[in-house]
Amino acid sequence: MKRTVLTLGFAALAIVAIMMASRSRSFGATVDDKPATQVKIDNFVFSPNPITVPAGTTIRWTNQDDIPHNVVSDDKSFKSKALDTDETFTYTFTKPGTYSYFCSIHPKMTGKIVVQ
Amino acid sequence: MADKSKDEILHDHNHDGIDRRGFLKCMAWAGTGAFCVMQGGVLKSYSLSGLTGLKAKEIKGELSFVQISDSHMGFNKPANTDVAGTLKAAIDKINALPTAPGFILHTGDITHLSKPEEFDGVDQLLKSASAKDVFYVPGEHDVIGDDGKQYLERYGKNTKGAGWYSFDQKGVHFIGLVNVMNLKAGGLGSLGNEQLEWMENDVKHLSKSTPIVVFAHIPLWSVYPEWGWGTDDSAQALGYLKKFGSVTVLNGHIHQTMQKVEGNVTFHTAASTAFPQPKPGEAPSPGPMKVPAEQLRSLLGIRDVNYVQGKHALGVTDSTLE
Repeated sequence: MKRTVLTLGFAALAIVAIMMASRSRSFGATVDDKPATQVKIDNFVFSPNPITVPAGTTIRWTNQDDIPHNVVSDDKSFKSKALDTDETFTYTFTKPGTYSYFCSIHPKMTGKIVVQ
Repeated sequence: MADKSKDEILHDHNHDGIDRRGFLKCMAWAGTGAFCVMQGGVLKSYSLSGLTGLKAKEIKGELSFVQISDSHMGFNKPANTDVAGTLKAAIDKINALPTAPGFILHTGDITHLSKPEEFDGVDQLLKSASAKDVFYVPGEHDVIGDDGKQYLERYGKNTKGAGWYSFDQKGVHFIGLVNVMNLKAGGLGSLGNEQLEWMENDVKHLSKSTPIVVFAHIPLWSVYPEWGWGTDDSAQALGYLKKFGSVTVLNGHIHQTMQKVEGNVTFHTAASTAFPQPKPGEAPSPGPMKVPAEQLRSLLGIRDVNYVQGKHALGVTDSTLE
């Protein structure tokens, strides 16, 4: 019994370690413990929009529509795949600036991230 | 197709059409059926009920084809969990037409997510259609993630650029346009300069009495720009068609039937075979509209188009999948 608990404990630790490692990989040099800032896509609208965040912030977009959307910066510096319902896309903004983006499937949908 | 007493159109015009200025609107919303005859650029529309005699005389012509649109293969949300089933119903409807169509036009959004198996699914189902030739233009859902590469590999043979082309059938000149590529932030559908230039040359040498049919996914008229239902540079394209007496524009994208006459041009949008979308501005967004299951097929449909040579007329009949 004790052995099982220990094994589970190690397994949990291992999972945490793997998660940390994968976070490091996907977020590059700006890893910290802050949770991602959420932007939802609902009824063909990005919200909140616009948003102002400190440099190093990770934004996570979640598509809540029954129609696929994507997230593409106007200058193509970041681009998601098509997000089906409940799929997400994350991107970390390391440098200050204003980043305009849109859904290239429904280009009337536009958004802006101000990084300070 | 079967006439149904409940079919009616909201506006029943008998236009004289000559020198008419401004916009003449003839709207047949989703769930209704409309019979339209165009003569010299004028659309005459009638409700489907009480049409039997006229149909036989007026609609039988040298050329008959069907438009289907927005099959969204792969869509599985509550608005329709069986888009293959409703596409099959559309094909059954086509196969039951009194006059077998010469070919099918598919005005885009063949698939929902541009997945190979979604394209395969539509191709497979369409094999059972009475008309073997299918002419496509892409919708924005067919070019997701690869800028239309897969679409072109499948359907782009004998096309130019992103997949535009023209062909002639029984004296009617058909032009398939692509307005879903390189869309700009905040913008509408877009044809682009290269395609516009091609189109200008394509129609330059045609006689003005040639009936023209233009088909593209996103409407080539401003249906509701707030929802992206229009094409930024469509006016330029339509400018090349001013000299022609009869121009018919067939679009999809908005998942409901709607018509408008403007000068020599009659615009039609088609119903989807997959799911309905709300009327312009009548919902928070143009997303799929969930309706009671028993109503769904009354909001999906196909379009039958007939051309009578000499009469200079295109007869357009929308019918639901019920």
